[in-house]
Amino acid sequence: MAEMVATRDAYGKALIKFGKMYPEMVVLDADTSSSTRTQWFYNEFPERFFNFGISEANMIGYAAGLSTCGKIPVVSTFACFGSGRVFEQVKISVCWPRLNVKIVVTHAGVSVGEDGASHQAVDDINLMRVLPNMTVIVPADGIETEKAIQYALENYGPFYIRLGRLKLPLVFDDNYEFVLGRMSTLRQGKDATIIACGLMINESIKASQILSDRGIEVRILNASSIKPIDKEAIILAAKETGVIITAEEHSIIGGLGSAVSEVLSTNLPCPVEMVGIADTFGQSGNPEELLKLFKIDADAIVEAVVRGMGRKGY
Amino acid sequence: MQDIANLKELAEKAKEVRRLIIQMIAEANSGHPGGSLSMTDIITTLYFSIMNHRPANPAWEKRDRFVLSKGHACPAFYAVLALCGYFPVSELMNLRKLGSMLQGHPDRKVTPGVDFSTGSLGQGISAACGMALAGKIDKKNYRVYAIIGDGESQEGQVWEAAMSAAHYKLDNLCAFLDFNKLQIDGEVEKIMNIEPVVDKWKAFGWNTLRIDGHSIEQIIEAVGIAHKTKGKPTMIVADTIKGKGVSFMEGRVGFHGVAPTREQEQQALSELR
Repeated sequence: MAEMVATRDAYGKALIKFGKMYPEMVVLDADTSSSTRTQWFYNEFPERFFNFGISEANMIGYAAGLSTCGKIPVVSTFACFGSGRVFEQVKISVCWPRLNVKIVVTHAGVSVGEDGASHQAVDDINLMRVLPNMTVIVPADGIETEKAIQYALENYGPFYIRLGRLKLPLVFDDNYEFVLGRMSTLRQGKDATIIACGLMINESIKASQILSDRGIEVRILNASSIKPIDKEAIILAAKETGVIITAEEHSIIGGLGSAVSEVLSTNLPCPVEMVGIADTFGQSGNPEELLKLFKIDADAIVEAVVRGMGRKGY
Repeated sequence: MQDIANLKELAEKAKEVRRLIIQMIAEANSGHPGGSLSMTDIITTLYFSIMNHRPANPAWEKRDRFVLSKGHACPAFYAVLALCGYFPVSELMNLRKLGSMLQGHPDRKVTPGVDFSTGSLGQGISAACGMALAGKIDKKNYRVYAIIGDGESQEGQVWEAAMSAAHYKLDNLCAFLDFNKLQIDGEVEKIMNIEPVVDKWKAFGWNTLRIDGHSIEQIIEAVGIAHKTKGKPTMIVADTIKGKGVSFMEGRVGFHGVAPTREQEQQALSELR
């Protein structure tokens, strides 16, 4: 059994590690620091941490202003508040001038659980992906989280990094190299390709084992880099396996499934099955119940693979 | 930047800025004359008498920063930058044209001297606060200036910024409210009253002054007070007249975002001689 690590915990540790390496790094939060783990950074570097209280729009503006003066602001809050709530500020104050602001959100998707619809960001990938100059990353585990944060700090420009609340099994080891715009192949297979991100990687791995028992071998691609997206890997998978199944803890409108479909429809049309949240709001419940209710768990992926394979060749 | 100490010379410079505002908006046949003319004396005084900046080196680290939070008034900003030497004055006639370095609202990527991109109201003031905070973190001596609008003051983000700047004791920040009393749809008082606005800024913890925004003497004096104030940011509520300097634009909401015709341009220029 792989070690279980929440991406937000990996983030908290990464902040301390990179805080030592990057003196220009400052961390901003809006009264969620104990949950986002930016408090861990505060404990080490109190003079470089700023809590804005509950004023996310203003926080984004500060980050933009700080970045024009050479600071590297890392801004955190829950995904629902760090995307839709501040969409216009991120668009006009950060992305338009292409400033060096790193937005790292936690508690994304329905797996935040009991807090319900108001706190479940299932539209944020869509919102951030549409913004010019924005880079969107959804790490699959704690190790990729640290690598993605490092990448964001080393490379100029706006980033949106989407983390979760839950503990997840580690997929990668320390030798893993994060490459922006490149999907890593977690499993080889010829019958179908699952392209997933975030905690759906874990569900995809579970699904692949169920499918393998039935004699179906799927390829799994980790699409942590949602934007830019790895067009070559998508086209190659379509060529070699003939059907693509996307899996994300996000609305099927505008997220990873849409990004993959955009590549395929303009390059190599091929059947796509999207595992994601239908056009609906979330609700309260425990994460496991919610993944099942919204049909974004391993069982739903298995069904989608079978359905997709039935469409091959049409 | 060589400061102009003489008040009369500054007034002449402001008049020159007003002429350029009229000319560039007429040439573009689009733009916002009213709010540009109302803040002309403030921005002219800042750039020619107060701010520490080097037009030959817009990225000079020690420069004072300026954020035009009411970004639509950029014709005044562009005219001042051109007269300072950030780019040729002739460039002003390309305002709002395809491929121009002078976009309809300030874009820091393409215009030398523009420290922050604005246009969506309420956002620039937060960024100005961020610049001031960066100065505090690094113990640098530069100061940050910003101009916000009265209609803009209806945006909630302005008050988030107000609260935070006082919280972080950003005494290196000095903002102006260009209080010209008009917004696109009519009188601010009738659309959504912002008064008592001095009391509001005071209540939010700012050193707050109220001046005649067309008195260069009062502008200089108020900034001097801001400079000496420790532990608090300063808000200078400047009573101004929308369209100031052009008789048929003064106090006329119709010239918020409408360009003068060529005939009106000539009349305005004759008034601004």
